[in-house]
Amino acid sequence: MAEIIQEESAKAGGHKRPKKRVPHIDMTPMVDLMCLLIIFFMLTTAFSKAKVMEIILPEKIQDPNQEAPKISASRTLNIILGPDNKLYWYPGTVKEEDFKNLPPLFETNYSPTGVRQLLLERNRTLARKIAEFNQEVVSGKIRISQDSVQKSISQLKKIDDTGPIVLIKAYKDANYGNFVDILDEMNICGIARYTFMKIAWYEVKMVETAAGITPTASTSAK
Amino acid sequence: MPKIKLPTKSPHIDMTPMVDLFSVVLIFLMLTTTMRQPEPAPVDTPFSISEKPTPDFNKMTFLLSKDGKVFMNFDNGPDTLLKYRPKILVEMGKRYGIDFTEAEQREFEKYPSSMGVPIEKMKDFLALKDAKSRNAFQTGIPIDSADNQLAMWILYARKVNPNIQACIKGDSKTSFNVVDKVLDILQDYNVNRFNLITSLEAAKINLDEIQQ
Repeated sequence: MAEIIQEESAKAGGHKRPKKRVPHIDMTPMVDLMCLLIIFFMLTTAFSKAKVMEIILPEKIQDPNQEAPKISASRTLNIILGPDNKLYWYPGTVKEEDFKNLPPLFETNYSPTGVRQLLLERNRTLARKIAEFNQEVVSGKIRISQDSVQKSISQLKKIDDTGPIVLIKAYKDANYGNFVDILDEMNICGIARYTFMKIAWYEVKMVETAAGITPTASTSAK
Repeated sequence: MPKIKLPTKSPHIDMTPMVDLFSVVLIFLMLTTTMRQPEPAPVDTPFSISEKPTPDFNKMTFLLSKDGKVFMNFDNGPDTLLKYRPKILVEMGKRYGIDFTEAEQREFEKYPSSMGVPIEKMKDFLALKDAKSRNAFQTGIPIDSADNQLAMWILYARKVNPNIQACIKGDSKTSFNVVDKVLDILQDYNVNRFNLITSLEAAKINLDEIQQ
């Protein structure tokens, strides 16, 4: 702006004026202020949005005559979230009548060598199918969009009939982190069928025997 | 021989481009920013591999703190034109025989974070202005069967906004009893799909790991 005005005045007036200097504004304070604001906004902005893990639980049985769906015992795997970040499991089912001689619980943990190995071993066929499918997508053999990848994987899960049916139960001293961890393992291992269930009284007993908690102590702690 | 005079003026750096750049960054940050809302209780979410982002709207979030208190938030932060929050409050007021004024409804709508105030104390809570004295009221929503206010909040939230989704944000140390109770109440009201809010952590299994 300043320069244009200068030129015009040179044309209009005949006599020479001392050359006007472009006014120089010191921008340092402005820069300082902006720096402060930028730092402030960068620190307060929540850039990374939290992620969610979806879980769908079976509907509650309202009708007392309606029976729970039958599942084959050979495919059933019970996982019980124990106290103190312990994890127990047993295969098959236990009948309520057999409470005198309950099967022992196997202890495992949340590490990749613990429950993940257990689940992968039982879910080998499906896990391999999913892993191979992912490999092919990554290497470019199959060209599909991200949405259809998810759809194909859920289709693979749907037709699977050899993988375990995992029933997750929680002892009362378990914490929320355990719950999320175990659901996460289900997703990592690609388990097709899993659900969360209320723990049965005989299973409480099994956990208490395995963890060495005396039932009276645990009830008073409650 | 005349001496060569070195200019003694300090070199002047032209800061205009820098200012330009800074303004652009600043405007960008100002427009995209969503302020981190202070939660009534600090919560360390557990980790998972899920990459699904949290929904932006139509959600009710249950905040389960380490000491077993339950807080609730609808639609997160300031509402849209639909004004779900004041509507839910009015419905709750009708249920418990409390009449909320316009000003109180507006205050409820504006409240930026989760709330864990028993409905009887809601009026006092909304009358207060500063955050500190408000926090004293945040004792958690009652969830026992004798006075199950959480169930009522869920009922009216779903009545006012049928598309609402349930999100659960818990601390990894929260006792499972509380989580179980909240899930149970939700299932009583036919909510069977939950979003558990987690932080992202990468974990993958390879082909050879399976073939072992």
